[in-house]
This record gives sequence, C-alpha cells and structure tokens, in this order.
Amino acid sequence: MQFLNFKEGQFIDFLGYKRFAAVFSGLLILAGVVSIVAHNGLKYGIDFRGGTNVQIQFSTAPNLDQLRQFFAERGMKNVVLQTFGDAADKEILLGLPIDSPLGTGENLTSELRNILLPQHPKLEIRRIETIGPKVGDELKISAVQAILIALGLVLLYITIRFQWRQGVSAIVALVHDVLVVVGMFSILDKEFSLTVVAALLTVVGYSLNDTIVVFDRIRENLGKYRKKSFEETINLSITETLSRTLITSGTTLLVVLALFLLGGEIIHDFAFALLVGVLIGTYSSIYVASPLAVLLTKLAPPAGTAPATS
Amino acid sequence: MNIKLKGGIILVVLIAALYYAFPTYKAYQPGVDPQTVENKVNLGLDLQGGMYLDIEIKVEEAVTEIIRRTAVELEDLLIDEQVDFVEVRQTAGSLIVEMEEGKKVNLEVAPYDRFLVQFEQITEGALTFLNLKEEEANRIRESAVSQALEVLRNRIDSLGISEPSLQKQGSNNIIIQLPGLKDRDRAIELIGPQAVLQFQIVNSNATPNTYNRLTEVVKYQEVWDKTTNKLISKRPFVLEKKILMTGEFIRDARVRIDSRDNSPYVALSFDSIGADLFAKITRRNIGRNMAIVLDDKVQSAPVIREAITGGEASISGQFTVEEADTLKIVLRSGSLPAPIEIREERTVGASLGEDSVEQGLNSLMIGSALVLVFMIFYYRLAGVFAAIALIFNVILIIAILGAFGATLTLPGMAGIVLTIGMAVDANVLIFQRIREELKRTENPRAAIQEGFGKAFRTILDANITTLFAALALLQFGTGPIKGFAVTLSIGIIASMFTAIVVTRFFFDFVYLRKTKLHKISI
Repeated sequence: MQFLNFKEGQFIDFLGYKRFAAVFSGLLILAGVVSIVAHNGLKYGIDFRGGTNVQIQFSTAPNLDQLRQFFAERGMKNVVLQTFGDAADKEILLGLPIDSPLGTGENLTSELRNILLPQHPKLEIRRIETIGPKVGDELKISAVQAILIALGLVLLYITIRFQWRQGVSAIVALVHDVLVVVGMFSILDKEFSLTVVAALLTVVGYSLNDTIVVFDRIRENLGKYRKKSFEETINLSITETLSRTLITSGTTLLVVLALFLLGGEIIHDFAFALLVGVLIGTYSSIYVASPLAVLLTKLAPPAGTAPATS
Repeated sequence: MNIKLKGGIILVVLIAALYYAFPTYKAYQPGVDPQTVENKVNLGLDLQGGMYLDIEIKVEEAVTEIIRRTAVELEDLLIDEQVDFVEVRQTAGSLIVEMEEGKKVNLEVAPYDRFLVQFEQITEGALTFLNLKEEEANRIRESAVSQALEVLRNRIDSLGISEPSLQKQGSNNIIIQLPGLKDRDRAIELIGPQAVLQFQIVNSNATPNTYNRLTEVVKYQEVWDKTTNKLISKRPFVLEKKILMTGEFIRDARVRIDSRDNSPYVALSFDSIGADLFAKITRRNIGRNMAIVLDDKVQSAPVIREAITGGEASISGQFTVEEADTLKIVLRSGSLPAPIEIREERTVGASLGEDSVEQGLNSLMIGSALVLVFMIFYYRLAGVFAAIALIFNVILIIAILGAFGATLTLPGMAGIVLTIGMAVDANVLIFQRIREELKRTENPRAAIQEGFGKAFRTILDANITTLFAALALLQFGTGPIKGFAVTLSIGIIASMFTAIVVTRFFFDFVYLRKTKLHKISI
C-alpha cells in the first residue's frame, strides 16, 4: 500500500505557501501572547508557584458549590476546587495556597476527613502534593535552564553537521513550536506544570527530528541536482520526505492519542501538550524551518557561491 | 558484516535482554511479592503508592545553637572563676565578651583555651570577639545532616515500612521515600518535630509583663480542644533561661496510663549520668515548679516535692494515646540537631497507584498495537520486521531498566509509549528510502543496500538531536521528570539498535541470502 506516490523529480510547491504560513504562524503565536497578557501571565501549576493539591475521591458525585461554601465557612476562602477527570470518577482536586497552614501540617488528612466526613462518609484521599516556595523557584530556574541547554546543544550540533543558517532556522522553528504550545495552554486556561515542560522538551526533540530529516535531504539533493534552483531543490526535498514525515507523525500521534485518552487524568495535560506539539512540529519543519533556511541563504549567501534564485 | 556474525550478535543481545527482563516479569506476576525479586524494574511511588518527602535541615540553626551553648558555658565559667565581666553576647557566627572597665581575661590559658579550638579571638578594648572558625561551622553543618539522617531513620523504622529509603541530597537536604505508606499524617507527625526536650525552672513570682529579660524567658503551654482540633489558648510561663537538663540522657521512653483519670503520659528513664543530674537538679529546687519544655512549648510544669533519685520522670499533658505514642518514639530516637522544613511532599494512595499502572499499561498496549498494525498493513513483510524489532525494543528497555534496578514512574511509562511511536521512525526512514530506490532501479538488492546506507546518516542525526532534548530533561533532579527522561533516552538508543541492526538482519536473512532476488515485500 502506498499513498503520496510521486514520480521522480515531481514536487509540491511548499515554498509557494510561505506567506500564508507566515501569517498563520504569526496569528497562532499572537493569539497565545494576547491570551498570556490578558491572563496576567501563565497559569502556573503548584510545581512552579508552590502550594498544595489534594485529590479526593467521593462515593457520590460531589457538589462543588456546596463544598466551596463548606470550606469558606471554615475560614478557608482561598481554596480552589475543581472536578478531576471524568465525572464518573467522582474526584475533585483541592488546591490550597502556599501559606495555608494545613498544607504541610501533620493534620492535613485527618482535618479534611473531619471537615468532609459528616457529609461524605466514604471519601478517599488519593494524592497529596505539596511544593514549598523555594522548590517552586528552583524548578522554574531548572525549567528555563533545561530549555536553554536543549536549544543550545541543538544549535551547536546542527551548525557543525550543517550550516549556521540551518541551525538558526531550526531553532526559530523550535521556538515557534514552544510558543504555540505554551500559548495554547494559556488560551485553554490549562495549568502550566513541570510535566508540561517535559512535554515541551519532547516536542522540541520531536520537531527537530522532523526538521533534520528534511535538512538532511536538502543537503543531499543540493549535491545531486546542481542545475536546479535552491528553492526547487528544497521543494523537492520536502516532497521526497513527505511520506516519511506524515507516517512518523501519524504513528506518534497514534500513541500520543492513546496516552491522551487512556493514560489517566494525571498525564492528561502532558499528553495534550504532546498532541499539539507533534502536529505543530510537523507543520513547522515544512513551513517554518525550510522557508527560513531559504531566506537566510538569500540574505547571507555562503561564501564563494552566487545567491541562488529561481 | 558477515550475516552469521550479525545474527550471533543479535542472539546474544536478545538472550541478555530476556535474562535481564525476566526478573521484572517474574516480580509482577500475581501472588509474587516483588520485594523478593532482585534486579527488577522498581515501581515509582506514584505507581505503587507511598510518600516522597524532600526536607531541608536548617543547618544554620545548628550552628547558632552551638554558639548559644558555648556562650552559656563561657558565661558560667567566667562566673565560677570570678572574672569581672559585663556580659557574654551572641551574634550571628560569633560571641562577644564585654569586660568591665580596665579588666582583662586571657582566653589563651586554661581553663578558657578549650574555647579557642572552635573559635578565633579578636580583642578590641573591652570587647573580645570569638568568631566561629569556618571549618568548624562546616563541620557542624555536616554533622547536623548526618545526625538528622540517623535520627530520622530511627523514627521511620517505627512506621514499619518494609523498604524505606533516606538519602542525603545536596548539602543539607534529605529525600525520604516511604513506599506503601498508609497513614500520611502519622509519618509527618513522626518526621516533623525537632523533639528538643528541656527542663527549666518556673519563676512563679514573675508575670509575662514583669520579668527579668536577661535571665528569664517566657514560653507557652498550648491548650487544644480535642474534639475540634483547635487551639483554645496559650498559657504563658516565665522560666529561668538556664536549661538544667536536656533529652540527651534519655535511655528509654514508655507510654503509661495514669490510673486516676485514665490519661496517657510518657514515662522517661535516664541513664546513670542523667539520673545523677536529675537528682541534683530536683534536690536543689524542691518546692518549685519545673517546666518540661518540648520544642519550646511547655508540656507541663509540676511541683518538685522531693529529690527524684530513681532516674525517672514523666511528661503528662493532654495527650491522646497516639500522641503519647508518637512522643515516646521521637524521644527514644533522640532530637534533631536542627529544625527541619518540608520542601516538597508527594503522597499517592495505593489505589491511585494501581489505577495509574493500569492506565499506563493500557495506553502502552493499545498504542503499540495500533502502531504495529499500521506498520504491517502499510509495509507488509517489512512491516513485520519492524514490528518484531519494536517488540525487541520494548524488551530491551525493560532489560536495561531492570539491570540498573531503575525506577519506573508514570511519566516514565509515558516515555516508553512515546518511544514506541518514535522508534518506528527509523524503520520508516529506511523503508521509504528503499521504496524510493526501487523506483530508480530494477535491482532490489541494490535498493535495500542503498536504502539502509542513505537512511543511516539521517537516523543518526535525527536521533542524536532528540537525545539532546532528553539529556536537557535530566537537568531536573526531581523524580517524575527524571523518570521520563531516563526511559526516553534508553528508548532512543535501543530503537537505533533495533532499526539499524535487527531490521537490517531480517532483510539480509530473508532477501540478501537469495542468489536470485526479484521482488521484495515493502
């Protein structure tokens, strides 16, 4: 079985869509930035802002408004309550602020039981996570460091294996992907946690993988078709690697979808970040990294060669 | 490379992989206690349930405490020696001795010279500064952490967890992992308190508004409502600053029940030095109240009716039996050299862990099945090769994790699932290349060889860059992310091996051995 079966030398004019792609990417990123500004920054999870999360399972569907009132009556106004996972799980996630004495207290579970048991005799405290303020700051620093280290290593490697033009194009594509995913989290009002950073770095690795495969083919074809224009060679290279790009994206999306649908609530956001990231990463290697490599080659042609134009 | 040699290498790797993966398979069969099996993949706390704590030892407070004790000791010595001094003060990192006008004391001779082991002296007029030497301060910090480790280990032993783990991290953190922990509150109760026990005399004539700030201090007794668990009031006590005795002489502690009102109390027995000291203290203070202070809170302040020579004391308060039991354990284990702070807690209930394992396995199975079906459907026989290579890949990952006794977390499982999606990429690159070559040439043999050759470089470039991202993730020391980075890295390396070596072997074995090759299934 085959699809996208091209004859040798036949290609799709991907670069012809570069203006459309630039507008599309620009709008995606702009939407994210506007959302982040409108929300006064990202909605950090407790990993980064500190605090306590308690996952509680009830025997009957919990009434959030009633519970909220319940906590408020006991002087706990700053708690955040939300349902967790499917309604059928009857679970809630209770968020306590970082300065809540209950959070790190030895009585956390017994107090919650005291408060809730009269109305919910069969509750189960399934998970408690407390992150102190120092740890939150440390994790923020590590997150930024990790992303910078990853991008730095990538730039170095591609510059050595290819050219700095490709290196820069690849990095721009990666930053593009990261911005889109982060923006998506803000638009959907999802929490930005440590696992989302892990997903982002995975997306960086994945998107890069795609970009490298295309660049590899460009390098090979530049040597092979010396008479063709630079742009034509790039279009041809993208076309030649298109089946592979789509198949790998497809298989990766299959497993990510499995994680998203079956992996459980705890890694739901992680899987969601991967889902968006794999899609956008595939798009960016074709429509962001390659046109940019063309642009950079035009602006700063390699020494000793005439600028290739069509 | 010779096909027999290649086959041999693969066979050796396969046998080794099965050998190292087997303990993990065995450990998680129903009816088997995983702890009896060595060299298996351990389940992280998020999968088996339990508690993870990152605690910080406030080592600077241990340093301050040493300086404080030295100040008291030096002051006592100066009084005993009848030296004319104004006072001994304490600042951060140093002591200051202020002498009376025109008087001097030579600290370089006995009995003062012992203070100069830990301190450096600088004299400026009537003031003598004793600064704690930096190497001494470091030694105090280090020993505070190792002592804390010891004390916490003793306390945790009483929880009856089968495989607790305590590890020093960084310079003053301790990571505590308690797999299978059921009672979270009790663990925090046991780990949290510093458990510094002090005996101080009460000055019943002074009030919190009228007391001598130089020689006395106010400490409070907390009164809790047992039913609502709320603090009702704090009763102040004016205590003499001098600490007559601490908990370091405790030989044993037991919970007893007072026969008069059935309330529990903790009975202490001191070792012989402690018993003598306690007898001396009580003899001197007959008729006065002695406060028993735990972590700066007054527990009780009974009247001393007679000298207590038996080396026994008791702490009564408004304890519940559980509280008395906790107090007994922390007193037996000794006090922490400095207070601690819980920086991070992650506690997962066993049932949630089970759910997570199930969900992780489900997504792994279904994700892999979908990918395998697609590969076989799309690439026919070559797809079957890829499928076998993929299964080999998963066994390899488990074997490598097992061989290192690594821990698998839920994000780690996600890493394996993701690896499966991405592992086929190497195969896809090869197969697409072979298909392209087949369009160009009539010779399938050349197409296979060219396809593998040309794809190899791309595979290498693409995987190395992904590995960079995984390495950047290892930057996070913290559990969940690390687990993901580890399985992703191992998965990438394993998938390169299986695609380049194993899939290639199948092509060699099935096609390239033939003398006449007309058609391949791809």
